[in-house]
Amino acid sequence: MTAAMMIPLILLAIIGAGIYKRTDIFSEFAKGAGENLKVCAELVPSLVALITAVGMFRASGAQELIIGFCSDFFTSLGFPAECLPLALIRPISGSGALAVYENLLEQCGPDSFAGKAASVMLGSTETTFYTLAVYYGAVRIKNTRHTLAASLAGDMTGFIFSVLTVNLLLM
Amino acid sequence: MLSVIFSVLMIISVISAFITGRFDELSEAVLNEPVNAVELCIYLCGGMCFWGGIMRVAEKSGITEGLTKLFSVLLGGLFKGLDKNGRAFRAICMNITANMLGLGNAATPLGIEAMKAIAEEEKAESTATPSMVIFTVMNTASVTLIPSTALSMRMKYGSESPLEIVIPVWITSAAALAVSLTAAILPYTGSRQIKKEKRQK
Repeated sequence: MTAAMMIPLILLAIIGAGIYKRTDIFSEFAKGAGENLKVCAELVPSLVALITAVGMFRASGAQELIIGFCSDFFTSLGFPAECLPLALIRPISGSGALAVYENLLEQCGPDSFAGKAASVMLGSTETTFYTLAVYYGAVRIKNTRHTLAASLAGDMTGFIFSVLTVNLLLM
Repeated sequence: MLSVIFSVLMIISVISAFITGRFDELSEAVLNEPVNAVELCIYLCGGMCFWGGIMRVAEKSGITEGLTKLFSVLLGGLFKGLDKNGRAFRAICMNITANMLGLGNAATPLGIEAMKAIAEEEKAESTATPSMVIFTVMNTASVTLIPSTALSMRMKYGSESPLEIVIPVWITSAAALAVSLTAAILPYTGSRQIKKEKRQK
């Protein structure tokens, strides 16, 4: 079964369940879509700030300077150096990661090795620091023990596996 | 945190422009990039609205509930300290389901509720309990069925097969989840064994 079949099948299952349960499909759809429309609108200010900052970072040549500086090392490991900024910002900021990801797609294209690896990276990891802050903040826990270490171990695995899976399955 | 990232990026950019002499490009970026940002939001908006709508239909049609039951079987072994019929365990299962379906809006409030319920049930005060560590780690590993943001961005930039990343995403999130969970659980299994040994002596 391919991914191209998955999405239509998921849609079919959900709509089928909706009909079976006599859900008011259209108005529930509209409510859900409306909620996300709000999320989207709230995303605008921070994306304007971060995309501009990332765009400046690229235009000024700073990105090339930094990537050029460490690209040999990462390329020798088989890790595309272009994905490095994304890996750095991903655990810290969701909108920042989106800004860096867009910049990368514009530069390398979505079907390049770096573009595919970055897509998998973005799709399979979370904003670790934000999640920790929100969850533990809500219950006022100060000593989070090894939560951060375990989460970051997972993020690292995610970065390595996104390069590996793209290399093995898509190239 | 974002203030730091934002200001550091800007300061480094201006300093680099002195080194590379690319002031024209830099100014152009300042003028153009905000427009790109709004364009990007508009572009993402369609997909986000569509999946938000579909997932709400799923929620109202009992699919979320069914998955919650399924997950409660799978998750029972991980949260040994919690009552399987309690409020905390139910909230955990619902949060994991919402995450899988990409219901970010629903997942965060459910996650906070779960943390509060765990704190109550396990009487946590200032130190995280095993259930809290395991639950938070499951959230940071983010297992998602449809990575809709990455998919829409790939479409926007004219990918020939935007969907081909889906299977690598599943494999990668599963691997990340396995590593995080192992790292979260290991310290506890160790200490439990030590306690057992002490008791046996």
